[in-house]
Amino acid sequence: MSFPVILFLIVAATTTFSALGVVLSRSVVRSAVWLLGALIGIAVCYFLLGAEFLGAAQLIVYVGGTLVLMVFGVMITNQGPFAGIHTKPVEWILGGSVASLLFAFLVTFSLRAAQPSPVSNVDTLPSAGPIGAAFLGVPDERGTAFLLPFEIVSIHLLVVLVAAAYLARAKRRPAAKVESHG
Amino acid sequence: MADVGLAPFQILAAFLFACGVACFITKRNAIGLLMGVELVLNAANLNLVAAARFVPGLRIEGQVFAIIVIVLAAAEAAVALAIFLNFYNNHATVDVDAANDLKG
Repeated sequence: MSFPVILFLIVAATTTFSALGVVLSRSVVRSAVWLLGALIGIAVCYFLLGAEFLGAAQLIVYVGGTLVLMVFGVMITNQGPFAGIHTKPVEWILGGSVASLLFAFLVTFSLRAAQPSPVSNVDTLPSAGPIGAAFLGVPDERGTAFLLPFEIVSIHLLVVLVAAAYLARAKRRPAAKVESHG
Repeated sequence: MADVGLAPFQILAAFLFACGVACFITKRNAIGLLMGVELVLNAANLNLVAAARFVPGLRIEGQVFAIIVIVLAAAEAAVALAIFLNFYNNHATVDVDAANDLKG
């Protein structure tokens, strides 16, 4: 076994273990910590694949942003320090069987699907420069440019964040409202 | 990475996807559901980046789509958390089984 294979096996084992931890842990806080491990493992996978910019973006956006947001959500909505809402055994059985069936299905079909030929043997991917040029509408040698998706995603992000700020704004409680009317 | 190949990454992504779906089914806490969504989106992203690395025609496209998915996942997490906070303000719980106000 060569060094990249061993490295991939270690990273894949860590990521699968963390993903199992997300599903199986009872407390939401522990799930969040396992999710941190899974997201870092996926970022390391991106680095292994040669997509350094994407790995850095994954670390910054997910680990630095989304996960912190989620931990804040847990902090605000949890009643007790480890108040887990318990899952019924029948839900465990249902979830486990559906997930394992889905996993078997996906593995069968991804192994049976035509593997790419020729396989690209360059160990690096285009970095931030070519990606940024593609986003800004500068066509590469094959004429692909992504200016319209870039604009749509930016407007979408702006609108969604305004809506989130509107939804989560501090409201007066109904009791306080009655008081002010009275 | 050329001697690892595309298939191991696809299997890893399939496992993460299955874990995310299991999260949807077994978690009753709304924030646990959100973690399942993150796992599913990351599985899709891993597939895209692995395709960008191993399929010669997708070297830019795979990464561009992965970045778009990351942005949309961040937007989704923000608005979902805002909805859950609103729900918590009204119901004092984040148990998804309590969200039955519209039940006929």
